[in-house]
Amino acid sequence: MSWFIASLVFWICAWLLNIRLASSKASDTLAVRIIVPLLFGISILVLWEGLVRGFEVSQVILPAPSQIGATFAGSLETLWVDFQQTVLKGALRGFAIGAAAAFFTAILIDRSSFLTRGLLPIGNFVAALPIVGIAPILVNWFGFDWQSKAAVVVVMVFFPILVNTVQGLREADTMQRDLMRTYAAGYTQTLLKLRLPAAMPFIFNGLKIATTLALIGAIVAEYFGSPIRGMGFRISTGVGSLSIDLVWAEIAVAALAGSAFYGIVAFIEKRVTFWHPSQRG
Amino acid sequence: MRSVFPVLTVLAVIVGLWWAAVAPMNIRPALDIAERSGVAVVPEGSVTRRDVSVWRLMLDNRESIAIGYQLDRPRLPTPSQVGEEFWKTTGEMVAKGRAFSKRSLLYHSWITLRSTFWGFLLGTTFGILAAVAIVYSRVADMSLMPWAIVSQTIPIVALAPMIIVLSNQVGIDGRGVPKAIISAYLCYFPVLVSMVKGLRSPTASELDLLKTYNASGGQSFWKLRLPASVPYLFAALKVGVAAALVGTIVGELPTGAISGLGARILIGDQFGTPLAIWSALFAAAILAGILVTLIDLIQRAVLPRMGFRT
Repeated sequence: MSWFIASLVFWICAWLLNIRLASSKASDTLAVRIIVPLLFGISILVLWEGLVRGFEVSQVILPAPSQIGATFAGSLETLWVDFQQTVLKGALRGFAIGAAAAFFTAILIDRSSFLTRGLLPIGNFVAALPIVGIAPILVNWFGFDWQSKAAVVVVMVFFPILVNTVQGLREADTMQRDLMRTYAAGYTQTLLKLRLPAAMPFIFNGLKIATTLALIGAIVAEYFGSPIRGMGFRISTGVGSLSIDLVWAEIAVAALAGSAFYGIVAFIEKRVTFWHPSQRG
Repeated sequence: MRSVFPVLTVLAVIVGLWWAAVAPMNIRPALDIAERSGVAVVPEGSVTRRDVSVWRLMLDNRESIAIGYQLDRPRLPTPSQVGEEFWKTTGEMVAKGRAFSKRSLLYHSWITLRSTFWGFLLGTTFGILAAVAIVYSRVADMSLMPWAIVSQTIPIVALAPMIIVLSNQVGIDGRGVPKAIISAYLCYFPVLVSMVKGLRSPTASELDLLKTYNASGGQSFWKLRLPASVPYLFAALKVGVAAALVGTIVGELPTGAISGLGARILIGDQFGTPLAIWSALFAAAILAGILVTLIDLIQRAVLPRMGFRT
């Protein structure tokens, strides 16, 4: 019980410190912007630890963060193999194929306003559907290895990127297009120098949505059959064999991979769309 | 209305492509059946056929292609097979007066819809409350917002089995609660982001005007900030309800649930009945369409009455 009270006290102190920091003069500096959420996150972990120790929760139900950390450090090799199988092979390849396919499809259908009008509502609708459900079908088609995972990811990321790219390509307004015409710019030149750069904020929006979907797709597909490695495989067997600490370690890997993936795309976005109002200031 | 014709054309093309794809997808099992019933098949034996491309097989065995369109357990069912199965598990069940038997998709849709509803309610409530906290408290803004973004980069499917284990151990029976939590997890984020934007949308001069009326903080919240955020809220609800449905189905998939659309997909996979998977997928798509349309209709009824131009 004393563990729990101690962690509660820590949590309150951290919150009070955060209030001081947020209302201090230095609240706009980068350091404070990083420290405040970090402190909040740490205090949640401490609260979790105190809860588990204070009430002596069985580790089969909820392991403490310290124990998950120990398991994480102890089974780095397994985690790395799973990471390679699920993230590097399944999710990233599927993401690359799906994004490329959606991008070129968008450029093709953009040439015809008939196709655009026909595909955009359908694409919007499909993007809202629970596409993860096709995972068992694709696993059946492409076998148990990473190809079927990549296929699920391709289908999942295709529509959000397609819809965003098509919308982005319409972003350049008539005045700007007329200007390109006065320069005697052809279709390709207008596309490369005006419309694609103008579409970039939309394309990156689609890519950012797709990063999370890619990991979800790769992991769900593994629940329906996989070789004896992979994060989804380890999670579903770990729940069955009550090695819950390993499952949480996999969740930590998934969280780190997901955040890193998102962070990389957001970083590239910042570099590419530096001119956009949302990136300035 | 202008886009009805193009949409129908594109849909027709998709169905056409689907129908055409059935032949190459199903040619191998079709040839196995043809061979067993005594028809001459060009490379004999399914083992030798494994190395021959599907196009070659189709060219050499043109008469047997048709069998691929009538398989009981096709790799890719035809649109009409899916339609038939869908009708068999919905309309026909209703006609027989067994609309809510366990074989009926209506029953499973209802189970999924119920969890989606609770998850949607939970997620939306949490999203709105968190948005209010973020708008009014700087420390909440600085400490919650980054974690809200991180929470969406964590693949929820990894957490789903854990949520179910946890809620089982805590003593919550059934799968309704964990499913609702998973769908709330997916649906709160769009609501949170849009509501933060919406609650901050009144301009400084509008807020100043209320100050000249000597309005209290509560009054300026109820009379200005909240009404101003309603269009943002509706846009978010449309995304959120679709996300809630995805969450519920994801919650049903990996966890051995026995009722719900996700469970139908899972069971269809385990028992090797692709038609059940396909019709459950279509039921999920229709459900998503109905939910989004419903919110759209409410939006169209509410916003003009509040004085917004739509």
